[in-house]
Amino acid sequence: MTTLEESAAAEVAQPRSTRTRGAWRAAVLRPLGLVSLSYLALLVVCSVLAPVIAGYTPTETDLSHILSLPTVAHPLGTDALGRDVASRLLYGGRTSLVDAAIAVGVGMTVAVCAGLLAGYFGGWVDRAFTWLVDVMLAIPVIVTLLAILAVVGNHMSVAMIALGILVSPGIARVVRGATLAVRHELYIAAARVTGLPHRYVVVRHVLPRVAGPVLVQASLLAGGALLMDAGLSYLGLGARPPAPTWGNMISEAAGVIDRQPWLLVPPGVVLGLAILAFGLLGDVLRDTSAERTRRRTTPARPPRTAPPPTEPTTALLSARGVTVAVPGPDRPVRVVENLDLDIDPGECVGLVGETGCGKTITGRALLGLLPPGAAVTAGGIRFDGTELTTLSRSRLGALRGSQIAMVFQDPGTSLDPVVTAGAHIAELVRRHHGGSRAQVRARTRELLGAVDFAEPDLVAARYPHQLSGGMAQRVAIAMALAGEPRLLIADEPTTALDVTVQAEILDLLRNLQRERAMAILLISHDLRVIATMCRRAYVMYAGHVVESGDVAGMFRHPAHPYTDGLLASAPRRARPGEDLTAIAGTVPAPGSWPVGCHFAARCELATDECRAAPIPLARPRARRRTRCLHYDELPGGRA
Amino acid sequence: MWRFLSRRLLVSVALVFVVSFLTFLLQAVTPGDTARVILGYNYTPEAYRHLRAELGLDQPVLVQYWHWLVNALHGNLGISPISGNDVSAEIVKRLPVTLSLVVLATLVTALVGVGLGVLGAVRGRATARAVDVLSLAGYALPNFWLALVLVTIFAVAVPLLPATGYVPLATSPGRWLVYLILPVTTLVLQGVAVFARHTRDSMRDVLSRDFVTMLRANGIPERSIVFRHALRNAAIPAVTVAGLTFIGLLSGTVFIESVFAMPGLGGLAVQATTTHDLPTIQGVVVVFTVIVVLVNLAVDLAYGWLNPKVRVS
Repeated sequence: MTTLEESAAAEVAQPRSTRTRGAWRAAVLRPLGLVSLSYLALLVVCSVLAPVIAGYTPTETDLSHILSLPTVAHPLGTDALGRDVASRLLYGGRTSLVDAAIAVGVGMTVAVCAGLLAGYFGGWVDRAFTWLVDVMLAIPVIVTLLAILAVVGNHMSVAMIALGILVSPGIARVVRGATLAVRHELYIAAARVTGLPHRYVVVRHVLPRVAGPVLVQASLLAGGALLMDAGLSYLGLGARPPAPTWGNMISEAAGVIDRQPWLLVPPGVVLGLAILAFGLLGDVLRDTSAERTRRRTTPARPPRTAPPPTEPTTALLSARGVTVAVPGPDRPVRVVENLDLDIDPGECVGLVGETGCGKTITGRALLGLLPPGAAVTAGGIRFDGTELTTLSRSRLGALRGSQIAMVFQDPGTSLDPVVTAGAHIAELVRRHHGGSRAQVRARTRELLGAVDFAEPDLVAARYPHQLSGGMAQRVAIAMALAGEPRLLIADEPTTALDVTVQAEILDLLRNLQRERAMAILLISHDLRVIATMCRRAYVMYAGHVVESGDVAGMFRHPAHPYTDGLLASAPRRARPGEDLTAIAGTVPAPGSWPVGCHFAARCELATDECRAAPIPLARPRARRRTRCLHYDELPGGRA
Repeated sequence: MWRFLSRRLLVSVALVFVVSFLTFLLQAVTPGDTARVILGYNYTPEAYRHLRAELGLDQPVLVQYWHWLVNALHGNLGISPISGNDVSAEIVKRLPVTLSLVVLATLVTALVGVGLGVLGAVRGRATARAVDVLSLAGYALPNFWLALVLVTIFAVAVPLLPATGYVPLATSPGRWLVYLILPVTTLVLQGVAVFARHTRDSMRDVLSRDFVTMLRANGIPERSIVFRHALRNAAIPAVTVAGLTFIGLLSGTVFIESVFAMPGLGGLAVQATTTHDLPTIQGVVVVFTVIVVLVNLAVDLAYGWLNPKVRVS
């Protein structure tokens, strides 16, 4: 599935734009960024122009109009001494904004210098830096600021310088990370090798590339500094009254909340919005400067109508005309088209093809376990007489494990890392059979024995990271067996394993299939695996089943040029000293499939007819199907 | 695991020394020293010299720090020149107030945050969007302002809860809780959305892993996948977030205790700052640093305990 999604994603990937230089412009172009910037600009302008636009001086009292709500004369009301709230806010903004600017200036200067040095030079500079950052990050900022203010008195600018220094380690770490990321890029390495002075390389080449994260951090720091400034002056540690600050306006409002709660609103809202604006600006800058991979896609939807009834069959599982689509940029992208597949009870069937041809998604479609946004958009899947594509979630859930089970490619990631092997199996035993604790334990041990563990109890107590790949895969198989399924879908069960372990797992699967009369759908890219395990197989290419039939006959006499090419390129056929044969060209990605034969572009037999229209399945001999017009030119068609 | 822990421990111990020394240095290099604070405005140079000698302030900074350190290691953080109280005793007396506030707030934040996070990861849009808005609000609104708004609503407009004060747990558990409701709510409102966002992200991450597909494919019901498997995996990063929350809320107490007039360490720090009570503020800084260090160590231990990969090796 992953490879498939990746190939689909690679196909639709848009060229990544917006480097750091464009970050500002991009931020302004976004509504949220524009609103935030406008609000902040408005605050700055109003504060600068405070003496001009304020209707009153900030300390002008009017005891005949105290604690008034907004009026024409006082647009934001008056405080306990009859001072104009709007004017005090304007003057208070000057203090707050200057304080924040100090903290940002100091903090960013220290952080950018330290981060650039550590990231650019590495070595002992970096180690010392990391150690220092570790230590400094654990310093409690607020009480340290209080200690400094206790010593220096009400000098907020000193506190803001200290704040800048105290928060710089966290920011420096971000800068270091960004610098490390660009340090090894070719043109910077080249600039260093050509002997340009470090100062020049850092300023001209590195700094512009880390400007994005720096801007983000500066914006967040500005918000934090405003908050801290207001907090400290709320505590009475900033400019002394009657000089207004946003913080001491809140503190003065706190004194009269029982008489005029309105007074809390203006400073709180102005301050809150300013912090919010800096935060949002930071977010927007981050979104635009970070190269985001998230794309808007259109999910696939299952059809409204039920699939047509299929002809009666003796098969355990029978898929007819199954088409699967995954989300694409404009419309869903089809990754499997018009697939027919039959599995008889107790039979081992192979599904073979190159990576990305749609085998895995087919396996998952059978279980109704498609990734989010993907769906079966046409066709039907019948299992023992039940149509699976229209089955409710709960009934499909009940089917999983007890009728159809599945094991996956990478045993290392298919077990829950915080749960022991035994607990995995026990949970499934309880789910499928229930029973007492002792019964569950006995059955768990039995299952571990069934997958050839000599000491089941030892294995049961282990966590996934304590199991080798082969052991983990056997645990996964034991889990799949817990519900005694009639069909096991094994998706590349041996691909991630060592060659010797592969043989063990295949032997185990073959024995289980025989002993339990359990059907297996074996998905693999490896022809040898299919040849040793399966009697029948389906060959897939770019979302189509191109050929199917008995393995022995099909692999000896292929009736589709793709099967033929696949067999010819198997390393086993190679002779020492000769080049390996390969099929020329590459698999077309989902979404760019041709109308006609998907293999035509790589096929030596292809004619105009092949490219004109979809190719129907032909029947060159008994129990064989091929999606080729020219099969009679191949060994399997000549018969 | 042990190597990692011992390295962390080493850094932590170094940190306590560095912080205490820095605060010490700070008061040594500034003109307004403790002797002057004690003497007030009218004093003779004679009396000033005498007092400095008595307090040991005439000795080199390193010697002074050594004396302070030896005393501090014996649990003696000095005498407040303002109140004449023993700083250690004052801190011990006030510590339970701050811890009640922060521990309770962290617990509630973690519970509600995990709940909202799981809901956001499993149920989708509406919860997730609400959490995003709440987290923006929590980020932007100063906690002391939020506290005042809560007081205005729930203590002044509708007198349901006490506006200020604190009752020790030992005196009356019920009233202890009642007095803590507003301060804890303020802290929770500030921290919960961040917690929820982190939980949501790690839940989504876990739910998209291969083993979840494997469990689903073999019949494990969704309920068990979410609560038994995904949540347990998501709990590992959540522990780190819980530690950060605790430390963040601890800083928040400086403002919250002032708003609610609670006799805790945050309030003590503010009071000591306004009165230039240097031994006291220094004591509080050291205690805060030690708490931060201990929380970080606890997080490391919990991390190891929850994560079998670390635990077993």
